[in-house]
Amino acid sequence: MSPVKRAVSPSKFRLGDVLSVAGSGFRTRKMRTALSALGITIGIAALVSILGLSESSRAELKAQIAALGTNLLTLEPGGGFGGGDGVLPAETVGKVARIGPVEQVADAISLDLAVLRNDFVNENETGGIAALAVDLDLLDTLNGNIAAGRWHDQASAAVPTVVLGAVSAERLGVEQVSQGMQILIGGSWFSVIGVLEPFPLAPDLDRSAIVGKPIAATEFDNELNPSVLYIRTAPDQLDQVRSVLPSTADPESPEEVDVSRPSELLTAEEEIEDTTARLFLGLGVVSLLVGGIGIANVMVIAVIERRNEIGLRRALGATRSHVMRQFLAESLLLSALGGLCGVGLGAAVTAVYASSQGWQIVLPPAAMVGGFFAALAIGVGAGLYPAMRAARLAPTEALRAA
Amino acid sequence: MTAALELRNVVKQYPGNPPVTALSGVSLAISEGELAAIVGPSGSGKSTMLHVMGTLDRPTSGEVYVDGNEVSGFTDRRLSAVRSRLIGFVFQQFFLIDGLTAVDNVGNGLLYSGIAKRERQLRAAEALLRVGLGHRLLHLPNQLSGGERQRVAIARALVHRPAIVLADEPTGNLDSRSSHAILELLRGLNSDGTTMVVITHDRELANALPRQIAFRDGVIEHDSAGRSASALLP
Repeated sequence: MSPVKRAVSPSKFRLGDVLSVAGSGFRTRKMRTALSALGITIGIAALVSILGLSESSRAELKAQIAALGTNLLTLEPGGGFGGGDGVLPAETVGKVARIGPVEQVADAISLDLAVLRNDFVNENETGGIAALAVDLDLLDTLNGNIAAGRWHDQASAAVPTVVLGAVSAERLGVEQVSQGMQILIGGSWFSVIGVLEPFPLAPDLDRSAIVGKPIAATEFDNELNPSVLYIRTAPDQLDQVRSVLPSTADPESPEEVDVSRPSELLTAEEEIEDTTARLFLGLGVVSLLVGGIGIANVMVIAVIERRNEIGLRRALGATRSHVMRQFLAESLLLSALGGLCGVGLGAAVTAVYASSQGWQIVLPPAAMVGGFFAALAIGVGAGLYPAMRAARLAPTEALRAA
Repeated sequence: MTAALELRNVVKQYPGNPPVTALSGVSLAISEGELAAIVGPSGSGKSTMLHVMGTLDRPTSGEVYVDGNEVSGFTDRRLSAVRSRLIGFVFQQFFLIDGLTAVDNVGNGLLYSGIAKRERQLRAAEALLRVGLGHRLLHLPNQLSGGERQRVAIARALVHRPAIVLADEPTGNLDSRSSHAILELLRGLNSDGTTMVVITHDRELANALPRQIAFRDGVIEHDSAGRSASALLP
């Protein structure tokens, strides 16, 4: 008998079929699918929300800095060799105001007095609140805002009235400004007429009780030597002003004058937040890896459990590479599912948290796309070994009854 | 008549110390249109026969022709192609995929042939009609009786019109009533032209088929077709 040959064309496994075979496994194992995708979901959600939140808070900080203005300088007596009394000569304000590009100058005079809620409080328990005497234009120079009540005017500056910084108000328990509310400054009663919103560029003011210079002069007989100057300059000449300020303020010993730019502190704060974000980002990467290990684990179990299915598919004509493709596709679909949910969850967390903070919501597209592709990469990595094991399984071995 | 399947002097040894010889020089031809039983007790080599005839395993020596193709030297890839085009399997445990309907399970018989899904479903429905399950097309395996499940598996083995169907203990998991119905089905399919080999330990089942090839200790003990093995050699 001479055998008659018929050409045998190779096995094929269409891409659409690969995906539908890989996906059909999930419908019958919903719980396991959900649980194994969960690890990736959490990892990606952590990454996306951390990146989203740090972008959102950075945008907020930038907006804040822009609103406050970056053209503010502060001038304080430094702790140089000769220094020590911590005050500037009274005429410094006038000298600084005469520098061409300086637009506004306001000074604050530190009064070394205890600020107390009432006369039952021990005089040493001041809660770190400093009494300051200021000019009326301070608020304007610092772009400050009133939270409650009002700011000083010509009349109030000459009588025992006080405006509290945000932190002071909280510490003294002044929640709202009402008629007849009084606090003790240096043993004298002062009526609270207003509370300020926080000054991000001058946090010292948040912890102060602010009175007018005229009443400070009459009530406390203080010398009116400023302890700090707030200076607004033309934005494009800030550096020049900065360089001439020390010698203008104290021509004899300019090194004893400290000039700083508060907006730089905020920028530094932003960098500190960056470090924290990087730490959380690391945690996100770790949870992503753990999620990947979870998927690898589930895939290894699937290969063992579905030995007979692998054998059947080989008997139906699947090649080793077809089996490998099927299991890789399953792991890829799992991680893609986890990745998509993670991106969605991360975006939702960002949106909810940012809006609860009153921030602008920023969802960096790079983080979302990158997060999804990171999930896919994890899927390939996690699926490779189990898929190879499935492919290497001999058909006769796979068909053996379990 | 052409041989759908032919073995020439096939030896299969499994490594070990000493090596285990499962088949020692088997020669056998199954002609197109035949319905034969390979029968023998466990350990007689009949499972190895299923593997070697089905190209699931390569012989240690000797030649295997499937529809005229000498496959003993084929790569794994080409053996897969032979299975996807020329061989249909029916297993004792059915091996249906739980989440798939009868039509989709049968369609899996064409999954690795590169045929589009719609066409697979059409041909699967035809095959299910042939095995008498036209009314169960969209049922899931767990909605079917054992006998019905085996019919689905048989339809899957037929759907790609293979040169030969190999059935391994097809009634092993069925009650006698269902077994009888499956036997009748196999006979009916054979009379429509399907070449079929049933591997079984069940003498009664074997005797109900036109040809019995009895195995013992890795050799053919008796072949009811009466052709001696040496007559097949060139």
